[in-house]
Amino acid sequence: MRFLPLIVKNCLRNRRRSVLTITSLSISLCLLGVMMALYYALFFGGPAKAQARRIVTRHKVSIVFQMPIYYREQIRKVAGVEEVAIWQWYGGVYKDSRDQRNFFPRLGIEAEKLFSVYQDYRIPEDQKRAFLRDPAGCVVGRTLANRFGFHVGDKILIKGDIFPFDLDLTVRGIFETSEGSDETLWFNFKYLENALRNSSRLAAGTFTILARSPEDVPRICRDVDELFANSPAPTKTESEYAFGLSFLSFLGNIKVILMSICGAVTFTILLISANTMAMSVRERVREVGVLKTLGFQARTILWLILAESGLIAIIGGAIGLVVAQLLCVVIRQGPAIVDQTKTLSIQPPVFAALIGVSLFIGVASAIVPAWHASRQNIVDALRFTD
Amino acid sequence: MAIPLSYNVRNLRVRKTTTAMTALGIALTVSVLLAAFALVEGLRSAFEASGHPLHILVTRKGSDSELSSNFNRSVYNDLKFKQGIARDAKGEPLASLEMVTVINLASQEFPEGSNISVRGVTATGLAIREEMKLTQGRWFTPGRREVTVGSSIARRNPDAQMGRMLRFGRGDWEVVGVFDSPQPARNSEILADLNQAAGDFERTEVLSSALIRATDAVTHQALINDLNYDGKLNVQARPEKDYYQQQTSSGDLVRYLGTFVALIMAVGSCFAAMNTMYAAVARRSKEIGTLRVLGFSRRSILLSFLLESLLLSLLGGALGIALVLPLNGLTTGIGSNVTFAEVAFSLRVSPEIMAKGMVFALAMGAFGGLLPAFSAARKQILAALRQV
Repeated sequence: MRFLPLIVKNCLRNRRRSVLTITSLSISLCLLGVMMALYYALFFGGPAKAQARRIVTRHKVSIVFQMPIYYREQIRKVAGVEEVAIWQWYGGVYKDSRDQRNFFPRLGIEAEKLFSVYQDYRIPEDQKRAFLRDPAGCVVGRTLANRFGFHVGDKILIKGDIFPFDLDLTVRGIFETSEGSDETLWFNFKYLENALRNSSRLAAGTFTILARSPEDVPRICRDVDELFANSPAPTKTESEYAFGLSFLSFLGNIKVILMSICGAVTFTILLISANTMAMSVRERVREVGVLKTLGFQARTILWLILAESGLIAIIGGAIGLVVAQLLCVVIRQGPAIVDQTKTLSIQPPVFAALIGVSLFIGVASAIVPAWHASRQNIVDALRFTD
Repeated sequence: MAIPLSYNVRNLRVRKTTTAMTALGIALTVSVLLAAFALVEGLRSAFEASGHPLHILVTRKGSDSELSSNFNRSVYNDLKFKQGIARDAKGEPLASLEMVTVINLASQEFPEGSNISVRGVTATGLAIREEMKLTQGRWFTPGRREVTVGSSIARRNPDAQMGRMLRFGRGDWEVVGVFDSPQPARNSEILADLNQAAGDFERTEVLSSALIRATDAVTHQALINDLNYDGKLNVQARPEKDYYQQQTSSGDLVRYLGTFVALIMAVGSCFAAMNTMYAAVARRSKEIGTLRVLGFSRRSILLSFLLESLLLSLLGGALGIALVLPLNGLTTGIGSNVTFAEVAFSLRVSPEIMAKGMVFALAMGAFGGLLPAFSAARKQILAALRQV
């Protein structure tokens, strides 16, 4: 501790270099932080609080196939199931499909169950009642409403592609949610029932099940799939969290991509930091000689240099963390690829890992030059000219 | 007069370790950018090479993909006698009615499974894609639950091997053959008999699309217009090539992510290069003074240091390119934003991509070297000579 002023002085010896190093370290560590936060949220984070009790059942062969409506009653009887809602991907075209910005999910759901299954949705009571009453009504998420300027009472026309009819909807309410995606349009399932009366196409695309408690989820998944295992439409049931993740493979091999980015970034930081430390130690070989003459031991000198490097790395890491946390806030505002990005933040394990990486960088980058400096012969060191 | 380049080369060699570390930092940054580009380039070239220039894909009006299209058999019967459709040896029109759906299949890369396209076709469907060649087994037999799978599927999905059974529709389908097409996107599909598949999925009347071949390039456009403006048919016709090209945007997310990460890393690497160059300038103070005394102008000094930084980044760029080269040809899969199914493709490190990486590296070198070079050029002769 008593050498702390010396360490700080050493850090400040070449201010420009220290500032450059700390800046580049913090930029890289901030990037590493965001990538690790993303990785953690996706693969270790587990379900968001609101979705912990939600389960999704789909056709086993592929999500594009439908299941009979009567499955709902059978699923209802499975122990631990509190509520089952049918929902259906409508697809369709809003305005012009060539413009990707016009895309958003349009899902038909049993209106009376929407808010009991998605308990994190907040909506004014009168809007909710209006939605329940209107078979051609819909509710839209706040972000979606802002994007297109939808207001309560507006008409939305969606041309059918998968289904042989168009949707002529009236916005009955705007809902808000803090945890999930609020870029969805939910319309009344009755619309589908009326349009597809007597057609074999009236079926359930997907069921969302609300379990009584999160502990029941794995067992309900097993029970439901067992129920329909030998039927013409076998099912695949998984937590809503896992269901969301299953779409990730669609974006490419995200796991490998994130991992390789993290690896490349870490290695780059190590190089930057090692380079600085090597330069800074080389400059002061003679000074090390003087310190040794004054009676400093090799071990102390080793520690002094390591501590200096560690200090720089920690400062860079701390700044990087703050910026990363800010970046997470920005990402949270962006479009939700999966629900997890809506609550992205630097979690304690990621925080610990980042501090660990910073320390590792600090020590690993200085160990070789520090070792050499501390082993240097006094006479050689004093005679050293750069 | 300019300072000879060999002066800079020697200087970089003297500071071996620093040079190597800075160059490696630049190299890693370049390689992240190039890896993302190679992925997108592979995807682009896979789709570019897919589709026949005379083919037209017909779906229901308003449908952007075959999967979301409901195409009635009666519409097909009306359109197959349109003017301008090529005919086969027997005089039958080359118009293939098809049904497309997706099934979930596990692969080594995605053990949880990903969407794979299943296409039901008739003999015409195979005839119109004459470039497909069997590499194993045989084609499926009409009227039986048999499938022939594309070579990418056979390579990537352990369940889709010769003799294995795939379970979808109303029962098991036997894999009886593997085909390969020079059009890469086709190799990510499973082919089955149209009527058998349509029956299994209860879609005997409502299918997905028609693929037709025009007699020549002029007729091709005329036929597309004719189909699109035929109010009775109510269909959307587009060149098959366009349909594939449109899917290139599936790689957008990877490209944005890669570019974003590489740009941030570039700032870090720029600063590292700056550090290195500042150290070089500081250490060579006396040398700079000497050079000035010898009559080299400030501008030559500036150029010389800038050049040295560029040399350093050139080294980094070359190293970065060398790092991504092993990725060339690596196969991976990505979900197509149009077909809702996985398409397998190989990463491609093309010469243009390498050139882009080099430019990126040189930009880093230029930014990193500019300020130190200025500070070198500004040095006063006497002060520089006196500095220890």
